[in-house]
Amino acid sequence: MKVGKQTYLLDNKVYIQSAYSLAGPYESKGNFRDYFDCVMEDDEWKCKSHEMAEIEMQRFVIGECLSRVNVSPLDCGAIMGGDLINQIVPTSFSARDFHTPFMGLYNACATFGEALSIASTLVNGDFDKIVCCTSSHYATAERQYRYPLELGTQPTPESQWTVTGSGAVLLSKKAGEYPLVKGYTIGRVLDFGLTDPNNMGGAMAPAAANTIITHFKDTGRSPDYYDLIITGDLGRFGRETLHYLCKKEGYELNNLNDCGSMMYCDKQKAGQGGSGAGCCSLVFASYLYKKLVDKSLKKILFVPTGAMLSKDSALQGESIPGIAHAVIIEREDFY
Amino acid sequence: MEDKQYMEYVHANAQKSNHLVTLVWAFIVGGIICCIGQGFGDLFKFALPNWEKSKIAALVSMTMIFLGSFLTGIGVYDKLGAKAGGGSIVPITGFANSVVSPAMEFNKEGIVLGMMAKMFVVAGPIIVAGTVSSVASGIIYYIVGLFQ
Amino acid sequence: MEMFLGYVKAFAIGGLVCMIAQILINKTKMTSARILVMFLLLGVFLEVIDVFKYIENFAGAGITIPITGFGSTIVKGAKEGAKIGFFEAITYGFRNMAGGLTAAVFFGFFFALIFKSHSKKA
Repeated sequence: MKVGKQTYLLDNKVYIQSAYSLAGPYESKGNFRDYFDCVMEDDEWKCKSHEMAEIEMQRFVIGECLSRVNVSPLDCGAIMGGDLINQIVPTSFSARDFHTPFMGLYNACATFGEALSIASTLVNGDFDKIVCCTSSHYATAERQYRYPLELGTQPTPESQWTVTGSGAVLLSKKAGEYPLVKGYTIGRVLDFGLTDPNNMGGAMAPAAANTIITHFKDTGRSPDYYDLIITGDLGRFGRETLHYLCKKEGYELNNLNDCGSMMYCDKQKAGQGGSGAGCCSLVFASYLYKKLVDKSLKKILFVPTGAMLSKDSALQGESIPGIAHAVIIEREDFY
Repeated sequence: MEDKQYMEYVHANAQKSNHLVTLVWAFIVGGIICCIGQGFGDLFKFALPNWEKSKIAALVSMTMIFLGSFLTGIGVYDKLGAKAGGGSIVPITGFANSVVSPAMEFNKEGIVLGMMAKMFVVAGPIIVAGTVSSVASGIIYYIVGLFQ
Repeated sequence: MEMFLGYVKAFAIGGLVCMIAQILINKTKMTSARILVMFLLLGVFLEVIDVFKYIENFAGAGITIPITGFGSTIVKGAKEGAKIGFFEAITYGFRNMAGGLTAAVFFGFFFALIFKSHSKKA
């Protein structure tokens, strides 16, 4: 059901039946260390290259997410997901081991939000059981977007640390004591002309603010409706900027937080916090899902954010557009 | 909010580099690397008294390049660079680092098309700038020489 | 004592050069390749205007170990070659670069064969 300009509320119930998270070695020392389902002891994971490790990570996460609830990959309607690497190689290569239909998506770090929106719509319709999975890997992202790992460069203070990790969720029609996807607001691509590829939080904050404000206008809800409004990977500066932008428009977000800035603890020198397509899916599949299951969180607005840039676009002097999708996730109380 | 207003907000509020700490690190690390070079220079002058000055200088840079490459290989130079910034980029060891690090990074794509081809993705501009200025200054000096 | 003073001077001038680079990095967010090219050209410029040798006499390795030294040897080669003939004028600069370049390429190849790049653990 369409509400307002960009928001859709789902008529049928779409359950998040299962979730599985896999965190890299550096993330497993951060704030969410007690919530991860599995931890990698090193980020090569006995693979020949970091790219192959990322393929293996996604394959492992999708497999575990399904086997946890005894669902065979053959019973799944589709696997859906993406990552940051060129031609979304890790996701599509990991899907070749499952004999399941596959749809690859790309929205930079907001891919998980896009996947949840599309998958929930399909499950609301005729599909049953869709796996959404995204991943990112520090070493592969660093090589593609920045410099070789061993080059002695100094990270700027506004830069973020690409999260090594992957998270998968299974959306299904099967009723049970699971959190529900209630609806979503699809965001627009917004460009405020920022050109510094290190400051992605600043580039994404306007898009996140736009999506969140549009969501409140469309649904007529106030920020207090949600227990938690959680963005994807804005980082500390991006989170403050988002708070400031929403306040200017008259929305006081007291329950705002950000997956990226919560990821690492203070003594880990990770700049503004975590980033990457795996950041929000990792936090969602571990911390948020567990909190939703034990009912300490009941209504959250999950807003993965993405900065659309490539190495070449930055060199050609293009600015960095941002995008954000908001997904409503709720618990039902009457069990 | 207007684009321009927002850019001003970001420029004013984004976290800035800590000048004092980064400059002191760059100064100390850069100074130490230069002193090591000076040490090798004195050592070679002492050990090879018959060699001319320019050859000793070349030998010193080659030794420093060896050191830079080795430290890159064992994974120390990137940690040094994260602290020292300019202090480890500008000395000739930083040039070695910028050659060796892509070579190591891309050797997974094969020896020929990976390592050999990508070896100069960072250091290429330095070699091109050096060659162009060499030819340009050579021509200028030649023409000036004709009129003297 | 004089030798010790030489080290102090090398430390001070070398550190100063690196500090200027760091100011540029902080202010302009330049990447390492740009910084290296700029300082190479600075060395070329100092040699062309004939100032380099005075700094070198004072600071020794403080100015020759930074990439400025590389720039100056290139011009020195070109100067030398120009006295002989046109062909030498355009090739001797590269000849002076040969030592450093050979070392960089050879050790780059050699170490890339033995070592693998590792993810940073901060």
